[in-house]
Amino acid sequence: MSAIDPAEAPDAARTGVVSSPRRWRRLLASSPAYMTGVLLVLVLVFSFAAPDSFPTPVTLRNVLTDMAVLLVMAVGATFVLVAAGFDISIGSVLVFSGVCAAKVMAASGGDGPGTVVLGAVTALLAGAAWGAVNGLVISKLKVPALITTLGSMGAALGAALLISNGTDVRTVPKGLISVATDRPLGVSWLVWIAALVALIGGFVLSQTRFGRHTQLIGSNQESARRAGVDVDRHTFWLYTANGTLAGLAGLLSLTRFATTTISGHTSDGLEVITGVVLGGTSLFGGVGTVIGTVIGMAIPTVLNNGFIQLNVQPFWQEVAIGIVLVVAVYLDQLKRRRRDQA
Amino acid sequence: MTVPPVLEARGVVKSFGHVEVLREVDFTARAGEVTALIGDNGAGKSTLIKILSGALQRDGGAVLIDGEPVQMGSPTRARELGIETVYQDLALAPELGPAENAFAGRELLRPGLAGRLGMLDKKTMRARAEEAFTSMGTDVKDLDAPVGALSGGQRQSVAICRAVMWARRVVIMDEPTAALGVRQTGKVVELVRRVASTGVAVVLITHNMPEVLEAADRVQVLRLGRRVADLEARTATIEQLVGAMTGALDERPGTRDEQL
Repeated sequence: MSAIDPAEAPDAARTGVVSSPRRWRRLLASSPAYMTGVLLVLVLVFSFAAPDSFPTPVTLRNVLTDMAVLLVMAVGATFVLVAAGFDISIGSVLVFSGVCAAKVMAASGGDGPGTVVLGAVTALLAGAAWGAVNGLVISKLKVPALITTLGSMGAALGAALLISNGTDVRTVPKGLISVATDRPLGVSWLVWIAALVALIGGFVLSQTRFGRHTQLIGSNQESARRAGVDVDRHTFWLYTANGTLAGLAGLLSLTRFATTTISGHTSDGLEVITGVVLGGTSLFGGVGTVIGTVIGMAIPTVLNNGFIQLNVQPFWQEVAIGIVLVVAVYLDQLKRRRRDQA
Repeated sequence: MTVPPVLEARGVVKSFGHVEVLREVDFTARAGEVTALIGDNGAGKSTLIKILSGALQRDGGAVLIDGEPVQMGSPTRARELGIETVYQDLALAPELGPAENAFAGRELLRPGLAGRLGMLDKKTMRARAEEAFTSMGTDVKDLDAPVGALSGGQRQSVAICRAVMWARRVVIMDEPTAALGVRQTGKVVELVRRVASTGVAVVLITHNMPEVLEAADRVQVLRLGRRVADLEARTATIEQLVGAMTGALDERPGTRDEQL
């Protein structure tokens, strides 16, 4: 498991090829690489501790399914954080979108694919609407993102409670539930959808102009503005896309639990941001990858599943993640400080 | 005077509230020359530069490019006209690499369908940036390092090279050596000379008098919102420049007459 052995890199540098060993060394020194190491260590430890139950396809499937809903939001959060923004409202937007979708599907009375499509469109539009509101307030009214999304976090949850009268909607069409129970190639559709979102997000962030402008804005907003990037417009679209992904997550959550789970998502926003930051995305903008986010989101999930199998109180997961998060950000800061002194 | 100057300001006026910062200021920059713009604090240098780079709008007077009057409503418009500005804070994105900074806001896309999807042509951008850095003789060697990890001089080189890559007519540099040590300052001054030798006009704003005489072909001095001297750097002395800046050499009466 020495995929990230830093000792290899200097050797490679001595062989004379100029630029590619440097690139390798940088890749190996990056946060996603460290976190891949942490993830591998966790998997190894749990595999030795519970050799019969942990290293099995069932565990893998559980981990992937557990990750799926949060990962969809984490891809959006990666973009927002890379642009030096912040969105804590996604958990509430998820609930709001789920409630809207469930209500619309219940009102339509159907049970088939048509109803499912209707519900899906509703969820996406509801999420996009909250995202657009966030984006407008942040880019046009210049209200700090933390405050804006703190406000919409409360408002979206309140609106969801108003629409649902405070009780979970449990009338989810069978057509939708089959999406969660069908397992093409061994894992649920939820996982495939999350994987697709991650793939597209990773491509857009690392390979396209939209992604480059996102990094540019996060790294130095003034520089982006002077370079002719329409920062306000870009910011608006970032939050709108992020809200839309939260809407999609709302639909997936509805699919998975067959109920709107109104009270179950208050900490989603923080969990997502934790995973994204663990994956090497900087809270200060400019740096971040979707692959890092996938790894960062996998660590809490693996811990959780591992603890359950070892009969350790799963609450330890939260303690462990808290510590890992602070250490990871400390190391990142240390690296930056060293760089800035150079 | 057969060829008109690349960039010319004629009688440019600018006020902020009741404060007249520029009072019919003139300024000229010629292709292939380094024109230093000097003046004491508050003489109007930065205001003039902001007008010439499109960041501020003038209240009166004219700006001419190749002898033709132009309107520069925004920095984007100024860049379209071939005027690039290297700001004192460099406006670099510290987390991105030199090539990525060089193409910031002007990314090249791949040909065909991939480009229509917004896919970047990273290879070409990198190659072109490398070419620009090499041809300008800069010491930016590591094209993968984030700009934040480079030395002050290297960062300055990246910012200047970025401007040169895109400037067809004029590069304006605001105090490019203010934050640098002696050795790095020397390198940047060399770089400034090389930029001018590519045929663009360089406008150099600086406080450093010896540097003015070393780097510039012409020196234009601002005082109280006016150009009070337009000298050839070859024959000018530091005493002359300081005299013009402070008004000690000012013998003409009535230079303080008010504008309407």
